[in-house]
Amino acid sequence: MAQPFRLPSGGRVDRATPIRFTFDGRTIEGFAGDTVASALLANGVHLVGRSFKYHRPRGILTHGSDEPSALLQVDRGPGKIDPNNRATVVEARNGLATTSLNRWPSLGFDVGAVNDLLSPVFVAGFYYKTFMWPRSFWDKVYEPVIRAAAGLGVAPQVPDADAYANRHAHCDVLVVGGGPAGLAAALAAAKTGKRVILADEQPEFGGSLLHETGASIDGQSAEAWRAAAIEELDGYESVTLLPRTTAFGYYNHNHVALTERVTDHRESPAKGAPRERLWQVRAAEVVLATGAHERPLVFADNDRPGVMLAESVRVFINRYGVAPGRRIVFVTSGASAYAAAADAKAAGLEVVMVDLRPERDCASEAADLRLMGVEVLTGQTVIGTKGRKRVAGLVVAPCANGTVGARRVIACDCVGMSGGWTPAVHLFSQSRGKLAYDEGRDAFLPGVSAQAERSAGAAAGVYDLASCLATGFAAGAEAAGATETRAFAASPTRIGFTPVRDLPTDADPAKVRAFVDFQNDVTAKDLKLAMREGFESIEHVKRYTTTGMATDQGKTSNMNALGIVSKALNRPLPAIGTTTFRPPYTPVTFGALVGPARDALFDPIRATPIHEWAAEHGAAFENVALWRRAWYFAKPGEDMHAAVVRECRAVREGVGLFDASTLGKIEVVGPDAAEFMNRMYVNPWTKLGVGRCRYGLMLKEDGYILDDGVVARMAEDRFHVTTTTGGAPRVMNHMEDYLQTEWPDLDVFLTSTTEQWAVIAVQGPKARDVIAPLVSGIDLSNEAFPHMSVREGAICGAPCRLFRVSFTGDLGYEINVPADYGRAVWEAVFAAGEPYGITPYGTETMHVLRAEKGYIIVGQETDGTVTPDDVGLAGMIAKAKKDFVGKRSLARPDVVASGRKQLVGLATETASLVLDEGAQIVADPNQPIPMKMLGHVTSSYFSANCGRSIALALVADGRALMGRTLHVTTPTGFAPATVCDPVFFDAEGGRIHA
Amino acid sequence: MLLIDCPFCGTRPETEFRCGGEAHIARPADPSALDDGAWAEHLFVRSNPRGLHAERWVHAHGCGRWFNAVRDTFTDRFVETYKAGEQPSHPIDDARA
Ligand SMILES: [Zn+2]
Repeated sequence: MAQPFRLPSGGRVDRATPIRFTFDGRTIEGFAGDTVASALLANGVHLVGRSFKYHRPRGILTHGSDEPSALLQVDRGPGKIDPNNRATVVEARNGLATTSLNRWPSLGFDVGAVNDLLSPVFVAGFYYKTFMWPRSFWDKVYEPVIRAAAGLGVAPQVPDADAYANRHAHCDVLVVGGGPAGLAAALAAAKTGKRVILADEQPEFGGSLLHETGASIDGQSAEAWRAAAIEELDGYESVTLLPRTTAFGYYNHNHVALTERVTDHRESPAKGAPRERLWQVRAAEVVLATGAHERPLVFADNDRPGVMLAESVRVFINRYGVAPGRRIVFVTSGASAYAAAADAKAAGLEVVMVDLRPERDCASEAADLRLMGVEVLTGQTVIGTKGRKRVAGLVVAPCANGTVGARRVIACDCVGMSGGWTPAVHLFSQSRGKLAYDEGRDAFLPGVSAQAERSAGAAAGVYDLASCLATGFAAGAEAAGATETRAFAASPTRIGFTPVRDLPTDADPAKVRAFVDFQNDVTAKDLKLAMREGFESIEHVKRYTTTGMATDQGKTSNMNALGIVSKALNRPLPAIGTTTFRPPYTPVTFGALVGPARDALFDPIRATPIHEWAAEHGAAFENVALWRRAWYFAKPGEDMHAAVVRECRAVREGVGLFDASTLGKIEVVGPDAAEFMNRMYVNPWTKLGVGRCRYGLMLKEDGYILDDGVVARMAEDRFHVTTTTGGAPRVMNHMEDYLQTEWPDLDVFLTSTTEQWAVIAVQGPKARDVIAPLVSGIDLSNEAFPHMSVREGAICGAPCRLFRVSFTGDLGYEINVPADYGRAVWEAVFAAGEPYGITPYGTETMHVLRAEKGYIIVGQETDGTVTPDDVGLAGMIAKAKKDFVGKRSLARPDVVASGRKQLVGLATETASLVLDEGAQIVADPNQPIPMKMLGHVTSSYFSANCGRSIALALVADGRALMGRTLHVTTPTGFAPATVCDPVFFDAEGGRIHA
Repeated sequence: MLLIDCPFCGTRPETEFRCGGEAHIARPADPSALDDGAWAEHLFVRSNPRGLHAERWVHAHGCGRWFNAVRDTFTDRFVETYKAGEQPSHPIDDARA
């Protein structure tokens, strides 16, 4: 018979809509409105997983997001697999495939369960004590074993097929939690007209009202009140209701992050709908109505499947119409479990109540329950449980003043336990509010707020329904700036409990396994061992035993752990302190955090106006900062090496075409522009004539090279500055910083023009011939337009700034045209160059050609610790200038000391050997290790024009070592190389002036 | 995420801003007049108080303006922001003092 444990009536499930899903391959039937947990229980399935460390059989402990044990892998289709889902919050629907975790080969027969027999080995600190020696075991034995054993579930193997959305929102009042306190708070806030967001992690608002079936509020049933409240809230345009939405992080300035589960519960979601939506809400005021978690009791074998929290038993009966067992024993130290027992009895189940408190402390509720015909034992302790994969009995004994009496076994198929309640103060604590221990309620409650928030209801330790509603209403009104309060008439709530820690027992302590943290398999014994070994700070105990460190963040375990530590150390609980709560409150999918920022949207790509042309002409691209630059243009049959050799020859022998648009550009304008340039660069600028260019070198204040680039003077008060491709924002920020904060008196304006200009470099002996027919208004003759000058005119009718500059060492021009003209001008130049064999080339050829000339690239020859003199550029420095940024540091003792690394060339003895960039250099390869390293290779290429490999290197006192043979590391040993001048090609430099 | 009050734009989220280190460290008018020790002090030595700290911030993804802020390094709270060239109204702590 399907669903043998479904009660004949009751619950909020839709019995007219049956659903089916699978659990470990077995078909499970349930109803719409079920969670996976409630459907499993309806079918009598209690064994749903194996525990993390000992592989003990585990069942369903709770009914909500605090669940530590019932973790499942959920498969919703191809590319839609999630590990580590709590069965108690996954909404059951058709098409889900769920599997249990931590078992092999099957849930019923699990080889790893041998760990349970070996449990004396797996004590607190086991990892720290065991996986230490011998060293040779780390890689081959320990790591594979730990990796195989670690984790909960299997990581998905294919890309996530779902889409995720991200939304920012602002509101006046954010109410977290839609139970009675949250609903009342939202009602009070909404009435003021303020913008309210109400979020609750469950599919329906109502919290405890969803299972408080017998409760009444203001003369109507709790359900009628709940429905009316939601209808009223729904009527406000200023209210946003977010069910299935978990506030998981509370950050600075009331920035609260929430995840909304949009489609997981839908069998056929709307096309394009995201799976989840990350909400980042900035709220003026926050109301935390996050409720409380019930505490398990700590007794031997309290993790047996079928042992669950008392309130959870009640929820399964009242909300889902499911009997977690036919014969249920409740064991409690508080009053709330009596409501659960009464509801179980009313549902026709056999019930026994075991109260740990003496009769005098529970006489009233015990009497009420006895009137219903339930046996109530008081003054008891729990010795253990019977059964293995399902609880079959609870072993109890009378206990007074620590003396344990005769045992009695109460046969049962379900245990509902309650050790009291722990307010869910996670978000309050995340907001940096100070928690205060309340002895009467044995709980840490929200104390002094650090942000604009307040807690209400059970989250503030207020448990009775009428007070929850009243505190919620007052909190909502206050958050909305109103002062209204009101009282609610509600049915009484059974509250109050006596805190108990691990229960007294007469069993052999060595054999008692009383679990505190169910997810990380931490027992009371582990905590006591940690304290015996000297770990007394709760933060240390936590890390040593891993209690509270699992994905459930110790929602059910923290207070029990604190209590046991407090009792063992004989210190009051507030002196033990509590551990810090950190986001996320419950696990968050990576998808929700990533949102749409994946694939093409992961990182923006900057492309030049000529990018498409390059792509059409077979360019391979490389990433340079965010830019995608053409790397080389291979012809059919060519590899990269062949393409680069061909491109390099073409530039030296004919003409090449290069897209330099990515160069950073800054327009420096104003009456004080030249003075500003004098202060920012090492070079002199005052006397640079209009129409002339200069290579500019920029330092940081510490004297090290920050950036370089050609600077053109367009007018007395206007400079066209270029920077490295990756350095443009850095240089702009550096300039702005000094201009705004050190020299606000200078009348200068800085404008980033990087993307305003397309830059087409035409380089090679034929460059002039190629562009001449296209240029108008500029005399291109060597006399009228020499190297390092700039002219304004037109090319192909487009306005242009034409630079005669070269980063190749050959005759060259850089055509700057407004970006929109870039591709058309490029194509025109390419067409005009075809008679000359014009060859497009990429960044690799650019790198080789400049290295042949010994031109540095900032970031390649420099690394933030390199001065102008180190790279042989001391001659750029204007000696007459009294000051510029970095000048004083060039006289620092460590900068003028000998032994600094200097830029040199390296010629390998084997001409074909291309050294590795970054390879270390030593004088004597036979010296003992550790060797004295002299420096490293900064650039290294094969140069077709030189007929051999070439390399640049930074070598200690390198310029004094010309002609010396040094030795460079290679993957196969040391290679000898001779120190030489860094200029490998056209040392006289005549070609550039052709 | 913090909210930071740009003196030019108003309150904006932290991600629009970048911190530029300790404020009120003026660049010497004539660096060449400083001996090596004094120059190294200017370059490298900063206060590191537990408490109120005056800092340079730039509204990088906004107006692009540099301004100063007093932030409590213990609580990570911004106490005030003010324009470059102005003085804070809160006394700042200096671990070097
Ligand atoms: Zn601003």
